[in-house]
Amino acid sequence: MNPPPKKRKSVLNVAAFVLLMSLAAAFAYQAGSIPTSQLLNPDELVKILQSPQGEKPLVIQVGSHVFYQQAHIPGSEYLGPASSESGLQQLRKRVARLPRNKFIVLYCGCCPWGHCPNVKPASDTLRAMGFTNVKVLYIADNFGADWVDKGYPTSKGE
Amino acid sequence: MVIAVGLGLYLLNRRENISHRLRLTSVEPPLAPDFSLSTLSGEKLSLSDYRGKVVLLDFWATWCEPCREEIPHFVELQSHYRDQGLQIIGVSMDDGPEPVREFYRQFHMNYPVVMGNAKTGGLFGGVLGLPIALLIGRDGRIYSKHIGATDMAVLDREINARLQARETSETTP
Repeated sequence: MNPPPKKRKSVLNVAAFVLLMSLAAAFAYQAGSIPTSQLLNPDELVKILQSPQGEKPLVIQVGSHVFYQQAHIPGSEYLGPASSESGLQQLRKRVARLPRNKFIVLYCGCCPWGHCPNVKPASDTLRAMGFTNVKVLYIADNFGADWVDKGYPTSKGE
Repeated sequence: MVIAVGLGLYLLNRRENISHRLRLTSVEPPLAPDFSLSTLSGEKLSLSDYRGKVVLLDFWATWCEPCREEIPHFVELQSHYRDQGLQIIGVSMDDGPEPVREFYRQFHMNYPVVMGNAKTGGLFGGVLGLPIALLIGRDGRIYSKHIGATDMAVLDREINARLQARETSETTP
């Protein structure tokens, strides 16, 4: 027996609302929702790292260890993928004693920007801990294309 | 409203999922480097064992969303072209095999998956973004490379072309 039209419409509205909220939640967890003001372009980071003046950031790769071993930003640290709770715990542990105005740059480069599961959780975690000077390196396609192939400084191994 | 949101997301995704297909323009395509890695069941798999078949080598990871979207299509391709000589090999770039085994079961993968590492990535010029799919002919040469989500229609045509092509394992030492 079909539900009456009003009830059917109400069920559809609820289903649509749930779908929208799910989509919004999924999107909010992705890198694409990080505000532009919190992003840093690769060429900007290169200038900061190579400048003889100015504060040098703590740079942390929050993605894949296999990728880090192949190539990473010189001086950057690897703590674990921020898409996992264990990776976030390592991140919290590393920064726990740092002053909350410490300049920190997070990066990943595993996948096209909108699909990265790592940088947003890492950024949110640091901000929740009270850090006020956190930037995320904007990597449009992947670390290979947007950093290594551009000839920017790279290190290999652990 | 749902359709509008869905359409918006589809258009946004389409822009990002455009496959960066690199047609290798050298007169003679390069030979694929050989490697020997363990499968999820612990057996040794060497790429050179598949000389004479058309191999689709897929670098992926369980945490990579575009990779997860591609794999059901690869499962279909493997079923469809297996008897004609297509062999798909997945190279997982996950940090460990546990999530890969679960993924393998959940997605009913029908081709071997090996655990890649930094050395494997280095053999292929650096695997520093996912997914990457390489199409290797029967002669062991790399005929195309897809960086980012693959256009399946394009890949299907390429696979067909390689399956019909005349190069054999005997044409290259």
